[in-house]
Amino acid sequence: MTSLILVAVIGVAGGTLAGLFGVGGGIVFVPTLTLVLGLTQLHAEASSLLAILPTAFVGTLRQRRYGNIDLRVAALVGVASIAGVQAGVVLAEALPEGVLQRLFGALLIVVAAQIAWRARRGSGTLQE
Amino acid sequence: MSRAAILKLLGIGVVAGFFGALFGVGGGIVIVPLLVLVCAFDQRRAAATSLAAILFSSIAASITYAFHGDVKPGAAAAVGIPAVFGVLAGTALQQRIPVQKLSYAFALLLAAVGVRLLV
Repeated sequence: MTSLILVAVIGVAGGTLAGLFGVGGGIVFVPTLTLVLGLTQLHAEASSLLAILPTAFVGTLRQRRYGNIDLRVAALVGVASIAGVQAGVVLAEALPEGVLQRLFGALLIVVAAQIAWRARRGSGTLQE
Repeated sequence: MSRAAILKLLGIGVVAGFFGALFGVGGGIVIVPLLVLVCAFDQRRAAATSLAAILFSSIAASITYAFHGDVKPGAAAAVGIPAVFGVLAGTALQQRIPVQKLSYAFALLLAAVGVRLLV
């Protein structure tokens, strides 16, 4: 129970950071699920994808109201992504836990660089 | 839309889906920069369009992982539902406070967690 409350607090904090700095929730959810709830890297990644849906859905509705979404582009990219997803899941399932975790660590460093680069150019909008 | 433009978008989708599923993130990390660099989107439109696109990839990836028994719905709900309120607060705050210096602090934090996972 205590850890669930802690996770909920981190969820709010993670969401705030994501909204503030224009990164997706997933980048915060995955380490939260492994380091706080003790999930394996694979289970954390799989669960993160489900956890992303509420924020992505709310974000999409808001951006749609502002007229910022190109629906044709979103549909083309989105439908094509389903093919890539299958390959990504196969690879994640095949990789040893330690390798998957190190790859995710490397991804965090890339995202950190991306945030710093965008801060220098002075823009930051929500992306998942 | 020209055939070349459609092919580019399909390519972006496949790459984003692959990395999104591999890392358990939405894929915006791939979609946003590619829409900006390859399709000449501005940052705001790219980020908004990416959000809609990752609904497809995240639903597809959740279902695929669920077939492998890897999704923990309770854990997902515990972070995912509170996060909605956080994101709303964060995007509202973003309009009111200077985030540039904080961005460097957040980048450092992410890099530190990244290094911890790497070594």
